[in-house]
Amino acid sequence: MLEITNLVKRYGRNDPVLKGLNLSVDGSSVVSIVGASGAGKSTMLRCINRLVEPTSGSIKLNGHELVNLRGSELRHSRRRIGMVFQGFNLIDRLTVMENVLSGRLGYVSFFQALTRRFPQTDINRAFNLMERVGIAHYANKRADQLSGGERQRVAVVRALMQEPEILLADEPTASLDPKTSQQIMRLLQTLASEMSLPVLINIHNVTQARMYTDRIVGMRHGQMIFDGAPKDFNQDALDAIYGGIESPEEDSGEPQHQTAQEALA
Amino acid sequence: MVDHAAKLSDHVWSRYDRKEQWTRYAVYLATLIAIVWAVRDIDIFWPWVWDAPNQIQSLGARMWPPRFDTWNAIFHAMLETVHIATLSTMLTIFIALPVSYIAAQNTTPNKATLWLGRFILVSSRSVNTIIWALLFVAIFGPGVLAGILAVMFRSVGFIGKLMGEAIEEIDRRPVEAMEATGASKMKVVLYAIVPQVMPAFFAIIILRWDINIRESTVLGLVGAGGIGVLLQGSIDLFAWQTVATILLAIVALVILGEAVTSALRKKVI
Repeated sequence: MLEITNLVKRYGRNDPVLKGLNLSVDGSSVVSIVGASGAGKSTMLRCINRLVEPTSGSIKLNGHELVNLRGSELRHSRRRIGMVFQGFNLIDRLTVMENVLSGRLGYVSFFQALTRRFPQTDINRAFNLMERVGIAHYANKRADQLSGGERQRVAVVRALMQEPEILLADEPTASLDPKTSQQIMRLLQTLASEMSLPVLINIHNVTQARMYTDRIVGMRHGQMIFDGAPKDFNQDALDAIYGGIESPEEDSGEPQHQTAQEALA
Repeated sequence: MVDHAAKLSDHVWSRYDRKEQWTRYAVYLATLIAIVWAVRDIDIFWPWVWDAPNQIQSLGARMWPPRFDTWNAIFHAMLETVHIATLSTMLTIFIALPVSYIAAQNTTPNKATLWLGRFILVSSRSVNTIIWALLFVAIFGPGVLAGILAVMFRSVGFIGKLMGEAIEEIDRRPVEAMEATGASKMKVVLYAIVPQVMPAFFAIIILRWDINIRESTVLGLVGAGGIGVLLQGSIDLFAWQTVATILLAIVALVILGEAVTSALRKKVI
């Protein structure tokens, strides 16, 4: 159960990117968050695992407050939040297996991480998950030798290695071709129900949001302006979210842009 | 149609506008002035310059043929030279890596450490190996130890600066992903940064080892060990035939070093 209340994020002295956002997600529901570039989707997702520091508000995961955590407390909470990125964010020069096991970095000691001596249970879990998504035969290949869809599967497995209580996906299909992106969406959907894991997906593709998710949240200018089932997501809602904004699909560089801003702030 | 063509022919284009053009002329003039000034100021004693061909001929005659009777001593001095280069490069790594970590903007803990790192790099780089050697010979006395320390102190700046730049150029996205797993700072460095800078690391170390071999050959001129000690001794004794052998040996060593490093480079990168 994730509860976001009155979340505000402001970069420097600019207008807030998130203006008092409220959202709660329970059980194993797959929620898609749609909105034009700059609506604050990516910022909201990154506030949850504190890659972005919220300005004010509260975020609770299973009753546990995430805002204001520091040091090891923050790292312990992050272990329970898996994240999948638009650019996959794999470590290219390491093998698939090393990438997958890096999901356990929050649990193992520095020495174990250095010598790549992960506990047997972790290795078993890694192989099970890799077999589940069909990449087990790549275990010893370098991550940069895989195709886009395969790389995103590695990233999903890495996130699941954390034994997360929630999975965040920031435009997980925006760098993939249409067919592969459908496969990844279907994978996220089935994994969510298999593991009864709530999944939050930022997505530009409204058709896929309708097809693969249980609930759609529409954002504009840092505020939530739609929250409902895919069947209720009609033309009016679409206009309200994207209206007056030219071709929202065009600019997919939003997350990078925002992290750059964060770095400057 | 005709009007249109006339309009087109009116387009004027030049690579530089007037202001840029004058700036360029000013730069040319300044360069010329600097050269003329330098040549007039440095006070060359021209008769010696005109006498140079004779001197070269006479020195050449005194060097020929090279004497190989001391080859054993030369060989050992050469080995010592290589040892100085290798040891100092190895030891430098342990100092240069932490320094590069705090001198890179994206990994340094805070502003103070950033400036500390940069200060170490700049002070190491701004002093030449030979001057470091003079300093360490004065402190530790003549010998190999002073040579190793001198090469190390110069290499820290070189390796630290290039590694710092390599760290600054990494892709930030894996770092973000590792932070999101709940990994501690050191584990993030280990998984997201180290693999990305590995190729640069090997290239830099090999390059510096190559440079250090060449630098180690002159250390002996100030008494800091290596082949330079023999060279200085032979020059002092006017043993020009031995000097010729030593110069040949240095050329051979540098070529050998070049061959080894280029082979290594192909292997690791």
